[in-house]
Amino acid sequence: MKQQITVTVNGVQHTSEVEPRLLLVHYLRDVLNLTGTHVGCDTSQCGACTVIMNGSAVKSCTVLAVQADGAEITTIEGLAKDGQLHPLQEGFWEMHGLQCGFCTPGMIMTAYDLLQKNPNPTEEEIRHGLEGNLCRCTGYQNIVRSIQYAADKMRGAATAAGGE
Amino acid sequence: MAVTKMFGASVKRREDPRMITGRANYTDDVRLPGMLSMVILRSPYAHARIKSINVEKARQMPGVVAVYTGKDLVESLAPVPCAWLPPNSDLKVPEYRALAVDTVRYVGDGVAAVVAENRYQAQDAAAAIEVEYEMLPAVVDQEKATQAGAPQLYPDVPNNTAFVWRLAGGDIDAALRDADVVVSQRLINHRLIPTAMETRAAVANYNPGSGELTLWCTSQNPHIHRLLMSAVTGIPETKIRVISTDVGGGFGSKIPFYAGEMIAAAISKDLGRPVKWVEDRRENFVATTHGRDHVDYVDIAAKQDGTITGIRVKAYANMGAYLSTAAPGVPTWLFGLMLSGPYKIPNISVEVHGVLTNTTPTDAYRGAGRPEATYILERMMDLVADRLGMDPVEIRRKNFIAKEEFPYTVATTLEYDSGDYEAALNRALEIVGYEQFRKEQEAARQQGRLLGIGFSTYVEVCGLAPSQAAGAMGFQGGLWESATVRVHPSGKVSVFTGSNPHGQGEETTFAQLVAEELGVPLDDIEIVHGDTGRIPFGMGTYGSRSTAVGGTALIYAARKVRDKGAKIAAHLLEVSPDDIVFDQGRYYVKGAPDRVKTFQEVAGAAYLAWNMPEGVTPGLEETHFFDPINNTYPFGTHVCVVEVDPATGEVKFLRYVAVDDVGNVINPMIVDGQVHGGIAQGLAQAVYETAVYDENGQLLSGSLMDYALPTASMVPTYEVDRTVTPTPVNPMGLKGAGETGTIASTPAVVNAIIDALKPYGITHLDMPLTPQRIWKAIQESQKGS
Repeated sequence: MKQQITVTVNGVQHTSEVEPRLLLVHYLRDVLNLTGTHVGCDTSQCGACTVIMNGSAVKSCTVLAVQADGAEITTIEGLAKDGQLHPLQEGFWEMHGLQCGFCTPGMIMTAYDLLQKNPNPTEEEIRHGLEGNLCRCTGYQNIVRSIQYAADKMRGAATAAGGE
Repeated sequence: MAVTKMFGASVKRREDPRMITGRANYTDDVRLPGMLSMVILRSPYAHARIKSINVEKARQMPGVVAVYTGKDLVESLAPVPCAWLPPNSDLKVPEYRALAVDTVRYVGDGVAAVVAENRYQAQDAAAAIEVEYEMLPAVVDQEKATQAGAPQLYPDVPNNTAFVWRLAGGDIDAALRDADVVVSQRLINHRLIPTAMETRAAVANYNPGSGELTLWCTSQNPHIHRLLMSAVTGIPETKIRVISTDVGGGFGSKIPFYAGEMIAAAISKDLGRPVKWVEDRRENFVATTHGRDHVDYVDIAAKQDGTITGIRVKAYANMGAYLSTAAPGVPTWLFGLMLSGPYKIPNISVEVHGVLTNTTPTDAYRGAGRPEATYILERMMDLVADRLGMDPVEIRRKNFIAKEEFPYTVATTLEYDSGDYEAALNRALEIVGYEQFRKEQEAARQQGRLLGIGFSTYVEVCGLAPSQAAGAMGFQGGLWESATVRVHPSGKVSVFTGSNPHGQGEETTFAQLVAEELGVPLDDIEIVHGDTGRIPFGMGTYGSRSTAVGGTALIYAARKVRDKGAKIAAHLLEVSPDDIVFDQGRYYVKGAPDRVKTFQEVAGAAYLAWNMPEGVTPGLEETHFFDPINNTYPFGTHVCVVEVDPATGEVKFLRYVAVDDVGNVINPMIVDGQVHGGIAQGLAQAVYETAVYDENGQLLSGSLMDYALPTASMVPTYEVDRTVTPTPVNPMGLKGAGETGTIASTPAVVNAIIDALKPYGITHLDMPLTPQRIWKAIQESQKGS
């Protein structure tokens, strides 16, 4: 009945026996104890469970763990590197992009995907890009500012790295 | 009053690092060895008799440990309590069982609970429970529920009327009789679903050895939860610890004490194992309290010059199927008392019918009663202005309580603390460029474009107090708050507050207050909240009370610490305490700043206690319970500018300007954030969100696909500003900022849209103002012409 999967999460490879119906979000939370990824609706509307799978944002409540077999996954816990916050994490902190914090991991992971695909988004593009993520606290304005902050910082870093 | 560096600084939030790295600890993140998963089977019918429940098949399912029905829990759990009992209202509190025993009364009423080794198994088993129902006629509309022949929810609650509450000041009959104009309007303040992003959850862990229950749960007020848990289970308060440190939003919906946590506790006690229960979103829609849901009949009396002389309101408030914890207080006191708003209205009369229906119980939702009162006033001001041919700004200005009239007692008996309503209005007009806008609007109308501007000049009541008033209102609790400031021997400080922030940022703002008072670095201060095992007692976070009441409690506790420190420092420096000056964490001798003891040195000395002044006890820790003498009254002006597309009825937000006055501000960044979020919620009521039931009591808007929670692209950019009018009620002049946005924004948006529709002669539409509703109104208006 159970199936074996091998998943690389935040750079660490895990091999597990899972039920075919186990959702990826429950695999991350309950098997790997990565509770930073939240369940806000389990029906793909709220986006709190968003993670990066093979380079793209997915709602992990709508992916089966078995579908993630062989995948590379990044969760909110894997974003900071060497104790250094990712520019998005820094942006949310600097620009007061969170209040209760429950939607935040999903927001950040969605924004990560957005900025990968569009490093210099307009405000409208950011707002459009966040349509699959709900926040009940902030009214979104400071989330938009947080992502703009990160975009500016990441472009600056990219420019510096390019030696221009 | 010292307003120095820490106070007033936009300090980055100290709670954020754990939240942006995925290391917060919400209730669903709690994992205990041997923990079981609980699922509640809920009624699919709004009103039915339970003929039989067969749980045998469910019991045999893999992983299932136990199944409970209502009858199984009657002995171990007293009914879900109601804790706000307004006097003189003929109140009837129907019995509310954690799991229904023989009748279900709303879609979502609990019927059975399953515990299994994991959630998947519990859910499978819940689906295997066979319940035979006998359908009963249902009623969902509160006005219909009071009419003859309506289905009755309880034999002992005639006409489904749980209470009738009245409040009057002045002589409303005379005012209406003598008025130049009387404007009457039926206003619907429709039902909303709070929809915090974290659903409700509980982890109950009963230890049979010690007899102690530890309960992690999504609570805005864990001490209240502990008290009520003790009352329903019989476990003494001393043996219950409630922990709610990280809570993913509440907006009022996590104030009530619910069946879910009761059942989890009872089952954990029964089985001697930890039990976790987490609502899924669909369950949250039906099983967590809803808000608003009024039908208001309003008559407002005015003179020809726009002076408002009286207002009469008859309200039908939909309470749902049972009376939730604070529910009866919301449409009565929190609503009726606020019907004067920022205006001088000498004659006010309000009658509220609290009606039981076959719907999810209602209770506090951000603003709780105050948005309903504000909506009435702000909508009616526009209607009166329209009738008299006045500018909506001028009619408001004309009726404002003037700056020099404070403290001012309104006809509903409240004494407003302080205010300068004109200043906030003028600032908002300046930002929005009112005169210029009217010109643009006129020009746009010539081209067939519909621009509109809407105002909301509001006042709200925060930091509810004093406790004596709570008693008079039938609130079964006090309205004070506690704080303990514990200075450790190293000089580091732990602050234990009875407030329980769940997004409001008090781990930061409260630390700013303490840093200011004690002159210690922010990093040396720990704010402890949301744990009854560590905090003496607390009333919790709601009604924008934490800063004004909880913050003030800790100011007083910190000052006691400082004063004790001064005695110790004086003794060590061999001078009189009167000769000691305290400044930025240093005690020094007046006129001799080099004779000094640091706060940290004094803390160490207090714990060594080798050399204490006579009569001073060792240690450095103080507690203060603060019971304010009065409420606080934040106020302001919100202005919304819209364009309505006449072809589609779609609303485009062009500007949203908010000028709020919340008294002195500890952390402007955090206050702005509170205002933003509040505006989004209030604006969403005006144009997007609504809970819709069909006539059988099925919640049609019962998912995030059907309930229009705003997304990032559905809300405008908010332009926020402030005026500052401190309150005299507390020493730091703090009023409270958690709900202003929600209270103010709804009527501002509606008024803007109605203003845009003025060329069609439309004077009122009920919310939510969806494109369809607007488009239909435009079509209707043109039929006659």
